[in-house]
Amino acid sequence: MRLFRIRGGVHPDDQKTLSAGQAIENLPMPPLLHIPLQQHIGAPAEPLVKRGQLVRKGQLLARSQGMISAPVHAPTSGRVMGIGGYPAHHASGLLVRTITLKPDGYDEWDDDCEGVPDPFTLAPEEIARRVAQAGIVGMGGATFPSAVKLNLRKRYALHTLVINGAECEPYLTCDDRLMRERAEDVRDGVLLMARALGVEKILFAIENNKPQAQQCMRNAARSCPELRVVGLPTRYPMGSEKHLVQTLVGKETPARGLTADIGVVVHNVATAAAVHDALRHGRPLISRVVTVTGGAIRQPRNLHVPIGTPLDHLAKYCGGFHDEPAKLISGGPMMGQPLPSLRVPVIKGSNGLLALSKDEVRSQVEMPCIRCASCVNACPCGLVPLNMAAHIRAGSLESSVDLGLLDCIACGSCAYVCPSHIPLVQYFNYAKGELAARQRAQHKQGETKRLIEARTERMEAIKKAKREAMAKRKKEMAAKKAAEAAKAEAAEA
Amino acid sequence: MHEAPLLGGPYAHEKVSISRTMLWVMLALLPATAFGLFQFGWPAIFLFLVTVISAVVAESLSLWIMKKPQKLFLLDGSALLTGWLLAMTLPPWAPWWIGVVGALLAIVIGKQVFGGIGQNLFNPAMVARVALLISFPLEMTLFSSPQPLFSVGAPDLLESLEITFGSAGQIDAVTSATPLGHVKTELSRGLTVDEALGGTDTLWQLGLGTATGSLGEISAVLLLAGGLLLIYLRIITWHIPIAMLGTLALLAGMFHLIDPASYSSPLFHLLSGAAILGAFFIATDLVTSPVSIRGQLLFGAGCGALVYIIRTFAGYPEGVAFAILLMNACTPLIDHYLKPRVYGRDRSGEPLNYADEDGEA
Repeated sequence: MRLFRIRGGVHPDDQKTLSAGQAIENLPMPPLLHIPLQQHIGAPAEPLVKRGQLVRKGQLLARSQGMISAPVHAPTSGRVMGIGGYPAHHASGLLVRTITLKPDGYDEWDDDCEGVPDPFTLAPEEIARRVAQAGIVGMGGATFPSAVKLNLRKRYALHTLVINGAECEPYLTCDDRLMRERAEDVRDGVLLMARALGVEKILFAIENNKPQAQQCMRNAARSCPELRVVGLPTRYPMGSEKHLVQTLVGKETPARGLTADIGVVVHNVATAAAVHDALRHGRPLISRVVTVTGGAIRQPRNLHVPIGTPLDHLAKYCGGFHDEPAKLISGGPMMGQPLPSLRVPVIKGSNGLLALSKDEVRSQVEMPCIRCASCVNACPCGLVPLNMAAHIRAGSLESSVDLGLLDCIACGSCAYVCPSHIPLVQYFNYAKGELAARQRAQHKQGETKRLIEARTERMEAIKKAKREAMAKRKKEMAAKKAAEAAKAEAAEA
Repeated sequence: MHEAPLLGGPYAHEKVSISRTMLWVMLALLPATAFGLFQFGWPAIFLFLVTVISAVVAESLSLWIMKKPQKLFLLDGSALLTGWLLAMTLPPWAPWWIGVVGALLAIVIGKQVFGGIGQNLFNPAMVARVALLISFPLEMTLFSSPQPLFSVGAPDLLESLEITFGSAGQIDAVTSATPLGHVKTELSRGLTVDEALGGTDTLWQLGLGTATGSLGEISAVLLLAGGLLLIYLRIITWHIPIAMLGTLALLAGMFHLIDPASYSSPLFHLLSGAAILGAFFIATDLVTSPVSIRGQLLFGAGCGALVYIIRTFAGYPEGVAFAILLMNACTPLIDHYLKPRVYGRDRSGEPLNYADEDGEA
């Protein structure tokens, strides 16, 4: 198949051999699970259980709220210990609303969890509805509710489903293992999603550094002519949705648009496996495969983990650390987020726990920019990162937007190649966050102004009404007096 | 600067740094430099050392005045490279103070007053060279023909010390004109190019580096090899050198075809003077050249055209330094107007609209 070239990109050392040979293992149940209500993009789920309540595996714990949201289910049977604040799986470590569950050790399924014998007889809407019910979100890390994407058929003319098996982040191997070990299930999920979307063509894209995964998927896809496994050149950020689609289809997604604008929907490999589980077996999304790796981990592994398991439980299972890890990261080293501690739980979007040793984290002193244009050549989006960073450094955030700040996908290629070790992505993320905060502040200011004006108007109206009432009374009084005077005059006369 | 508390990613980094880049450039310059030093003997070696050491001292003093960390910025190698490049463009038997003044001009005026590394608008070495040429036209145009080390008639160590550090200047030096200067003079006397050059041997001399010229500019072949190494290592891209040399050759070729008697051949232009050194090592200076591919092509073409125009129609026989400085001044403008196309947008910055296309089809 003809592939199209994307602009820029880098070739980081992929370090996948650390964990690629390790088959997926089931992690033993931890003593406590912390299940956050916000594990997806959109509104947090609304809890339906109470403290002390007994729940069974797969039972709905919290329902989705609004158009873009996802429900949360019990990863095992046990007792709800409480609903309250717990550190989020996020760099900030802020407290988020979390259900704490104490497993009872029986791991008993809820009776409602029942699959469909032949889900291909279901209507597309019904498939999407069941995917939504199962709480499935994009498991590549974006955590966008999958059902919303499966319903795009109504608004866009779709022709192709792309399955993202690029796994272009260094170190991570969870999708690789999933494709090797559960190829049939993944294929089934993919076909179900294609049915929901109503597309004829499926492109299953896997980077060429995973030949075994490619072979397994090719074998599994032998009976499906509409599903084609495509080998991708190994280049970061090949797994970026828009760049993946461009490589396969040769068309760029319009700025600020969706890949659906050019008729393509992209789903992740792990999402496909979750769709299979939900439709065939009625199992909601309550566990996922996580790669635990990095130079500081004693035994890198791929683990099948219940959602809500604290990360230190994973690290302990992998033999702990050689020495104090220099950096703990959720996800890969390019776009992953630093972790505040290992107390935080695994969520639906966690694909990796990375413990980097001192040698792997080359903390370098930042030097001035020498305008070498390495970042310009590496940027897959055609931006000029050095100029954007200079504008942001000078405090002129609006002009950095004119330079394309909002077209930046934060892939980190620019910072990866910078000889001056300038943390370019840090600048861009700061500017994006600051601009969003300003927008919120402006909105708030506008609202405040509107309320004050409304109040002033109201007060004016009250005053006016009072004045009028007073004037009226005065008039009446005067009239009364006049009448009395007239009466008295008449009496005198 | 400071140890960055790097909160955001990426946490992986390519093994690159400023000092590594500078080191490779110096390695690429090494063969041509060594050859030049050998060809011009001890005086050239003294001048080279004086220039390079002055540049590093000037950098150190500037850093001290600005209270910047010495070790960090001296070890980036940029001052060393600037001094090196400047020395390569000097007449090999120039007196020591040319090297010192040049280094001060390059580092202090050319670089540090702008704010140090990465901030300068003009290539520091070229700023110094042009300032020297205008201020000291005699010393800067007195070229000696190559007299390799240990060859008969080459100055010995003591004589060399007298040439570089003596007060009498280069009285006894065997001076001669550079090929570019020679052709210019002869043309103005009414001779043709062929008569001036006296055959095609000159081209071989230029290529190998046995002709008269500046300290490090004489061997086109070794400079070309160094330049190709930098392209191979991806420290520079091919766009600026090829655009510059291509434009120079194209213009020279056109005029040469029209009137071979008054206009030198393209090969002569490419091989003589600072054309190769300028195209691969000076015009490609990262700080002072545009960042986009299209910008670099325009920048290189501008340099090539200006070199030809200055060499052919202006008063100076060589124009590489002027050409590069003039194009340096255009770099911000070029960067402003020639940006890469943003993903998902057309050249004007509007989001792509496939509806129009489909309508046509």
